[in-house]
Amino acid sequence: MTAQVITITSGKGGVGKTTAVANLANALAIDGKKVVCIDGDIGLRNLDVVMGLENRIVYDIVDVIEGRCKLKQAMIRDKHYPNMHLIPAAQTRDKNAVSPSDMVRICKELRGDSDFIIIDSPAGIERGFRNAIAPADRVLVVTNPEVSAVRDADRVVGILEAEEKENTALILNRLNPTLVKNNDMLSAEDVLDLLGIQLIGVVPEDESVLIGSNRGAPVVTDAKSRAGQAFRNIAKRIQGQDIPFMDLDQQNGLWGAIQRLTGRK
Amino acid sequence: MGFFSRKRSASSAKERLQLVLVHDRTDLTPSQLKSLKNDLLKAISKYIEIDPDAVQIEIEHEGREQRLVADIPLRNATRGK
Repeated sequence: MTAQVITITSGKGGVGKTTAVANLANALAIDGKKVVCIDGDIGLRNLDVVMGLENRIVYDIVDVIEGRCKLKQAMIRDKHYPNMHLIPAAQTRDKNAVSPSDMVRICKELRGDSDFIIIDSPAGIERGFRNAIAPADRVLVVTNPEVSAVRDADRVVGILEAEEKENTALILNRLNPTLVKNNDMLSAEDVLDLLGIQLIGVVPEDESVLIGSNRGAPVVTDAKSRAGQAFRNIAKRIQGQDIPFMDLDQQNGLWGAIQRLTGRK
Repeated sequence: MGFFSRKRSASSAKERLQLVLVHDRTDLTPSQLKSLKNDLLKAISKYIEIDPDAVQIEIEHEGREQRLVADIPLRNATRGK
């Protein structure tokens, strides 16, 4: 077993990195894969609370690096999926407590005993980001169809190119199909044309994502959620399956069914 | 903003991003690009006669590759001049 290390990053903050990590990790765990998530945002720890594991933290990644505990002791087992673990960030330290080589070393130790290691990168392009991409076999860049997020994503893609990271792909998060249809939001095609990288998934804007975070139960576990479906599809593509992209125009629920029946769609 | 100009906000986002990404990627400001064009024309004019008004020099992109594309029409040399 040699794990693939996947880093989720974005440049801009608030585009949905942590949500993407929690959802992809859950989806991979549901598919029976052994998954370890690492929160790379030292000082601004968040992945624990999105995954609903905040009450189980004893040790964090800086404790591992500084030798206060063994790696295994900092790995928190998920409540629902025993094949998924989280290594939390330190909350009271800053990003300089971790170096790129620390991350490479930790991932090397984890690789033999898992299928996927998913790293949640902090926003920005500084030390924390450098730490997060250092061990990555693959980097997924999250962006929103919005000018500032796309611009920052382009910067990050440029740095990844310079670092000779191959296989970089884009997750376009929070796309609103109605706004796109009305030509008031950049479409997936627009964003791909601008950034010139491969697409691995488009996640529609969906209030169930917030509800999932509120509960500490990522939205992939909700079979009815469109965003959940989009994340499940990305997880399959990560595993090398060829899954067609969702038709985001499709209307859901009763109203959608009526529209389809009456040919109004 | 009027009702009609609102309709095209996605196109305006794309056009604005296209410009800003060219400058971000090349680390070249619009004014530097302008001086680059002027210097280029000056250098070429030393050797051959060109029509400065017909010159087009742009940064074009295809995927993540960028190139400086120059279309510089030459004037025919007049004999005996």
